[in-house]
Amino acid sequence: MSTVTHEEKTPDMEEIHPHRRWYRRPSVVVPVVLVVIGYSILVSPLVREQNFFRPEVAADGGVTFDWNFFVHLFPLMLQGLVVTVKATLIGFLLAIVLGFFLALGRRSKRRLLSWPVTAVIEFIRSTPLLVQLFFWQALVRASEGITLEPITILALGLGIHYATYCSEAYRAGINSVDKGQWEAATALNLGPVTSWTRVAIPQAVPNVLPALGNYLIAGFKDAPMGVAVNAHGLLFFADQVRNDTFRATEPYLIAGVGFLLVSLPAAWLVRRLEKRISYERV
Amino acid sequence: MESWLLSGSQYRLLLEASGTTLQILAYAFLLGIVLSLVVGIARLSERAWVRGLALVFVEFARGISSIILLFIVAIAIPILFGAEQAPLILLSAIALGINMGGYGAEIIRGGIQAVPKGQTEASISLNLGPAQRLRHVVLPQALTIILPPMGNLTIEILKGTALVSLVGMTDIMQMARNIRQQQLADAVGTQPVLFLNVLVLYFILAQVINLLFKVAEAWLAKRYEGGPALTGTELEAIR
Amino acid sequence: MSVSETTTARDISSKGAAGVRMRGVTKAFGQNVVLRDLDLEVAPGEKVVVIGPSGSGKTTILRTTMTLERIDAGTIEVGGRHLYHESVNGKLRPAREKHIREVRSDIGMVFQHFNLFPHMTALENIMLAPMKVHGKSRQEAQALGVELLDKVGLAHAVNQTPGQLSGGQKQRVAIARSLACEPKVMLFDEVTSALDPELVGEVLNVLRDIAEEGRTTMMLVTHEMGFAREMADRVLMFDGGQIIESGPPAEVLGSPQHERTKAFLGAVKSH
Repeated sequence: MSTVTHEEKTPDMEEIHPHRRWYRRPSVVVPVVLVVIGYSILVSPLVREQNFFRPEVAADGGVTFDWNFFVHLFPLMLQGLVVTVKATLIGFLLAIVLGFFLALGRRSKRRLLSWPVTAVIEFIRSTPLLVQLFFWQALVRASEGITLEPITILALGLGIHYATYCSEAYRAGINSVDKGQWEAATALNLGPVTSWTRVAIPQAVPNVLPALGNYLIAGFKDAPMGVAVNAHGLLFFADQVRNDTFRATEPYLIAGVGFLLVSLPAAWLVRRLEKRISYERV
Repeated sequence: MESWLLSGSQYRLLLEASGTTLQILAYAFLLGIVLSLVVGIARLSERAWVRGLALVFVEFARGISSIILLFIVAIAIPILFGAEQAPLILLSAIALGINMGGYGAEIIRGGIQAVPKGQTEASISLNLGPAQRLRHVVLPQALTIILPPMGNLTIEILKGTALVSLVGMTDIMQMARNIRQQQLADAVGTQPVLFLNVLVLYFILAQVINLLFKVAEAWLAKRYEGGPALTGTELEAIR
Repeated sequence: MSVSETTTARDISSKGAAGVRMRGVTKAFGQNVVLRDLDLEVAPGEKVVVIGPSGSGKTTILRTTMTLERIDAGTIEVGGRHLYHESVNGKLRPAREKHIREVRSDIGMVFQHFNLFPHMTALENIMLAPMKVHGKSRQEAQALGVELLDKVGLAHAVNQTPGQLSGGQKQRVAIARSLACEPKVMLFDEVTSALDPELVGEVLNVLRDIAEEGRTTMMLVTHEMGFAREMADRVLMFDGGQIIESGPPAEVLGSPQHERTKAFLGAVKSH
């Protein structure tokens, strides 16, 4: 092949792998793998010792912003961040699975099933996660014989809350499959299982995936609420430092920094995925 | 016997606290709408630096968690600037308003971009100025696209108001925690029931917001049929 | 190789109409040069029809004159005033928006797809510019709107929205809307192309009326050859970014000189 300009390159590469599925394209796989590796590095060294948020450095007595203190808080902040990320990931796993069943329930032709499911979805979606967390905590405390770690309650609350969002994403994805596709499946005499697994779902997934990615990020942003049920996350660390040192500015600002460190790259990746998929579909 | 309801006085407390919640929501909504409009329009500016600035705001407001933003605006910044007496209700509303502005700006931008280009071209051919094009031609048409997601966003902000309890405001959420303390002290009542009732209260508020936006959409659809029609006699008078 | 533009020595005594003069106008979209060093002169009150193959950029002539697309090089004058330039100390400088807007008030345009404002009635569509741009009162604007709707034969459609009108009616409202600004130059961009065949006539009738009044200069891009032959003072054949043939309709359409004009007219006729 002769040397080609940049503009000509893309179509050429397309022609080499014309039928490669979107999820096998390197441009999709690479970011996904990177995210997974990145998160596992963050999650694996999860520190379990108590009181690990107590800072050993003390700030000077002044009221002004102390950069030295700010920088020294960084490792502590990372520990909190890891807990928050972990809760988010576990919760989101739950959300993806539970959301699928909610979507199925809502689509059911039996009104006895679809109406209550719809009501539950709407109810959970339009009430604050924070109140829901308190509700689950109270429920766990009230029930005999069940004890859950705060971080488990946080993951559970996040999971159930975002399951309703995921179910809506699934629903929209399935609805986005053209009616003609179902008719074609019927015309080819495909069974319901084949129609779903071979026709509908492969077409729905590219529409659903970016939405799920956005909900993962949204879930991460809500995860600091775990502080309310004493989960040792990002905000718990900041609160702890504030209680110990009576300084609030630095811990909260660095919590914000830690937050953007994860959420901005993640948002960027999701947007790339979105663009890549919509490009594949043209 | 376990009851699914709370006592009358507890309901009264929760309703009083919902006044605070709605107040914060109202302030945050106003700020959020203004920010959405300004930033959303700035995102489409012809000047690159305006676009860039707007994008930075959007990325920041959407990238940062509303809860962390709330702690920074309501606690860290007042201490930093020695303004610890600043009214907490306004600071909370500012934090939530910034958050809403980030998402709202993207909704407004999407709505404006969805209006066909020919509409702008026609208004240029009539020599309308940029502000007039926006005000009389583009925004009225974008509004039908903007309203439904704006309604959802407002409900998200209502949910966000529950966070202000964490910075020391007595909204519905905080009142629920106060009631819980009382229940624990008196050893009466069940906490799951308490929080379930609070959830229902939030759900009702969300449905009211939903309804308001549905009414606004219906009103807009009617407006879409044109302004006040001229009656036959008016027409005769003109002719 | 542009044919030099010599304005026909036809005495045009139209009051209020303004001429258009394009000098060396170049416009490119990326690599695609649509207008190539184009010279064109339209006398005040003249009715010029531009024909040419689709995609040749003939619409761009109108769109650059309406400032919907900015030119890359050259100058455009409307009514003797530069559109994109201001004279500062005797030198031409790129004009500020304010200047462009001022000169633009002499120009009106009617679009292929009408571009009526769907959230306003026919009357409100017409009233908008007189009220917001020309500072007319609501009563004056209403009177003007009703008068213009009568003129285009839509007296009954005053309170109707674009959604309730047929394509031909929509286009007549769009013409009335443009007339309300009292433009000295009117640009018509394939105004009948989006219409069902049976609705073309009503729009052409309105165009004829405007032409007969002779108050404005008219530049039309159209595929209606019969109409061009009947009412144009001059027909321009446009291809490859330049005008390749120009003259009275009988000459250009009747006995074309240029090969590409012949080919184009043959293709149009065989339809």
